[in-house]
Amino acid sequence: MATQHSRAAARFMIAPSVVLLLAWMLIPLGMTIWFSLLRYNLLMPGDNPFVGFENYSYFLTDPAFQTAIVNTLLLVGGILLITVCGGIGLAVLLDQPMWGTGIVRIMVISPFFVMPTVSALVWKNMFMNPVNGLFAYVAGVLGLPAFDFLTAAPLASIIGIVSWQWLPFATLILLTAMQSLDSEQLEAAEIDGASAWSRFYYIKLPHLARAITVVVLIQTIFLLSIFAEIYVTTAGGPGNASINLTYLVFQESLQRYDVGTASAGGVVAIILANIVAIFLMRMIGKNLDA
Amino acid sequence: MGRITLDKVQKKFGETEVIPPLDLTIEDGEFVVFVGPSGCGKSTLLRLIAGLEDVSGGEIRIDGTNATDLPPAKRRLAMVFQSYALYPHMTVRKNIAFPLKMAGMDEAEKTRRVERAASVLNLADYLDRRPGQLSGGQRQRVAIGRAIVREPAAFLFDEPLSNLDAALRVGMRLEISELHKRLETTMIYVTHDQVEAMTMADKIVVLRAGHIEQVGSPLDLYRTPRNRFVAEFIGSPKMNIVDGEEASRHDAHAIGIRPEHIDVGEGPWEGTVGVSEHLGSDTFFHVHDTGLADVVTVRAPGENSHRAGDRISLSPQMDKLHRFDWEGLRIA
Amino acid sequence: MARAVPNSVKARNTAIAWIIAILIFFPILWTILTSFKTEGAAIADPPVFLFFDWTMENYTTVQERSDYFGHFMNSVIISVGSTVLGLAIAIPAAWAMAFVPGRQTKNVLMWMLSTKMLPPVGVLVPIYLIFRDWGLLDTRVGLVIVLTLINLPIIVWMLYTYFREIPSDILEAARMDGATLQSEVIHVLLPMAVPGIASTLLLNIILAWNEAFWTLNLVAANAAPLTAFIASYSSPEGLFYAKLSAASTMAIAPILIMGWFSQKQLVRGLTFGAVK
Repeated sequence: MATQHSRAAARFMIAPSVVLLLAWMLIPLGMTIWFSLLRYNLLMPGDNPFVGFENYSYFLTDPAFQTAIVNTLLLVGGILLITVCGGIGLAVLLDQPMWGTGIVRIMVISPFFVMPTVSALVWKNMFMNPVNGLFAYVAGVLGLPAFDFLTAAPLASIIGIVSWQWLPFATLILLTAMQSLDSEQLEAAEIDGASAWSRFYYIKLPHLARAITVVVLIQTIFLLSIFAEIYVTTAGGPGNASINLTYLVFQESLQRYDVGTASAGGVVAIILANIVAIFLMRMIGKNLDA
Repeated sequence: MGRITLDKVQKKFGETEVIPPLDLTIEDGEFVVFVGPSGCGKSTLLRLIAGLEDVSGGEIRIDGTNATDLPPAKRRLAMVFQSYALYPHMTVRKNIAFPLKMAGMDEAEKTRRVERAASVLNLADYLDRRPGQLSGGQRQRVAIGRAIVREPAAFLFDEPLSNLDAALRVGMRLEISELHKRLETTMIYVTHDQVEAMTMADKIVVLRAGHIEQVGSPLDLYRTPRNRFVAEFIGSPKMNIVDGEEASRHDAHAIGIRPEHIDVGEGPWEGTVGVSEHLGSDTFFHVHDTGLADVVTVRAPGENSHRAGDRISLSPQMDKLHRFDWEGLRIA
Repeated sequence: MARAVPNSVKARNTAIAWIIAILIFFPILWTILTSFKTEGAAIADPPVFLFFDWTMENYTTVQERSDYFGHFMNSVIISVGSTVLGLAIAIPAAWAMAFVPGRQTKNVLMWMLSTKMLPPVGVLVPIYLIFRDWGLLDTRVGLVIVLTLINLPIIVWMLYTYFREIPSDILEAARMDGATLQSEVIHVLLPMAVPGIASTLLLNIILAWNEAFWTLNLVAANAAPLTAFIASYSSPEGLFYAKLSAASTMAIAPILIMGWFSQKQLVRGLTFGAVK
């Protein structure tokens, strides 16, 4: 019974959230765009003259920018690939009858609750350290030379660490979706003569499509902005080998105090995120209606 | 007291008119059933009476006073929902007592009424359970209990039995009828099941697309359906409708004859037995190749030796024939 | 599918699942074990697993040297504060959208979700400058404000998902039973909404507790919660494995335990109800 009165009340109740989010979006966004057009460095007091697109040309032609874009996409793509494939595998496994499901679930989900700075530090020092790390010890036992992960393969190492953090999330969501599959469908398929593999491929996997979409969407939102893991492990190095867009903008702003260039970088990051977002929102929008 | 009058009541959702202006009077103490196929507006009509939807025009009077703009709580009506709508976080006792608590009734009276309702509905042993721990039939009884403690002017039931299994449905049907006998309170009952309508109602209101097709007692509707829609909707199995030459011979556009009004044996019609359904007490023959209609359904006594493929003669009881004009209206 | 599975199959599944689960859990387990070792035992070659002299000394050292408890309280204040504030703003909104849906409701929700798409780095500079000018840098209040805003869309969505599941039949029944709007809310809606609100609370505390981007950029020594405090172990203290492990264990333990209890809600919450 939606009367005139209750509609007005509803608008009044929704208003604070909308106003706050609108302010949170528009004010800083406007400022970022404005700053991106100024020559503005916190270390050089004085006027901040309008320079048009100078900051953009500076930022976009910076060789670090290209590296950062490629790395950002590699990070997102690599981690999505590992977590979605691994998540499907683990979900299938955990869906099987076994003893101690509860404890297995708890162990598998745990990495998700570990704060990024802790997981980055633990992996960096206790596992990937070429002298005292556990991996170095294992390599020694196998008679291999110790491998300096964060120097020799910094980006791959970060992909590994972040995948470890997000694999549980993908697994949990895919497992939940898998368990919501009507068992009669599987039994019908079994009677129709479908093998275990066909049942997975023709029934379970299509059923998971929506959940996979959701995993991709949510993770992309977070993975585009990976920061703490890089900050703690490689600080973007060696050189710019493991820098991503977020980290590059962070360097311009809070390390070089170049507000103008950092803002231009911020705008570029927003544009990139929007391109990804438009594509993703279409997917989830469709799925949410279903 | 519970006399409900609808005067040109109308409901629109945006531009679409789901209920065109409609008049109906429900007498005090009557058991009225709204019946019709899904989407016919019967539930909407009930919700208009309940006050859960606002009318777009017209007037609803309860015992003479205009209730059109009263909120649901002020109409002295109680409703049993299809989903039962029990409060999952309250015990059965609290569920039943909720309307009394809302009315600010004192503890002693509240306890007395809840216990009385519980004993009437055989719920005494379950008063401290939660709805989640009850079976479908028990939940249904709790919902009814919550309705009766208020001693309302009328009860509204919105397809209350549709979530129960067949055996339970028959039992609950009887219980609700008995409850009506005992309380003698007006009841309005919505269903799409004509069997429920026929067995329970004092008065049936047949609805189609928001229109009232016919109002009458179950037997009125059975004997003298006002049109083909009512004729075919009431009665099971469905009335046979025959048109063409045979109908013209009776000066009608179409004629209708119920399966139970056709005898097997010497008669003017003839056909081949197709599927026969043996219920024990009765046998239903689906007869083909009669030249009258695709299939003619015939009810015959249970002990019967005809098999699929047999040719049989059929003899309609001419005095039970219904005649309809080209608009589908009954010819008197 | 309540079908009997041969025990051999079940045993094989169990073995594979346990091995993989232990591998995934191992870094956490190793960290917890190392936190009870002496620094020497922590880098022993070959590594020692269980048979070492268990000691609590690392925990006391971490507390004495770097005021672990102070940072812990910062984490508590910031995560609980931002979640409670977020709930206070979001509950009315989610409520209204779930029970008085309008034509724009879906669009408003999608728009809210889209604000999560805004990369934080895109607004890092202005927020940093605003915070600097208003004296909010390195304050708990400042961080509470930011975390409230970034998690608001998730809170609204989660609550909306939960509220929408309360059947409207029940609200109508309450109305028929004579409940006023106020008693409808107190006696029917609120009790049914409490579980949803509780899981939203739990999940958001977890998210806020682990938030790192704004935390690392907007606070220094004073208001630093555990995320930022741990980052200070980056070097050279990171090489003291036992102390690093003790600090890490203390930082993750509360949230790990909370997470174990809320894993079911996590799915519904973080997927905005799209997966059940």
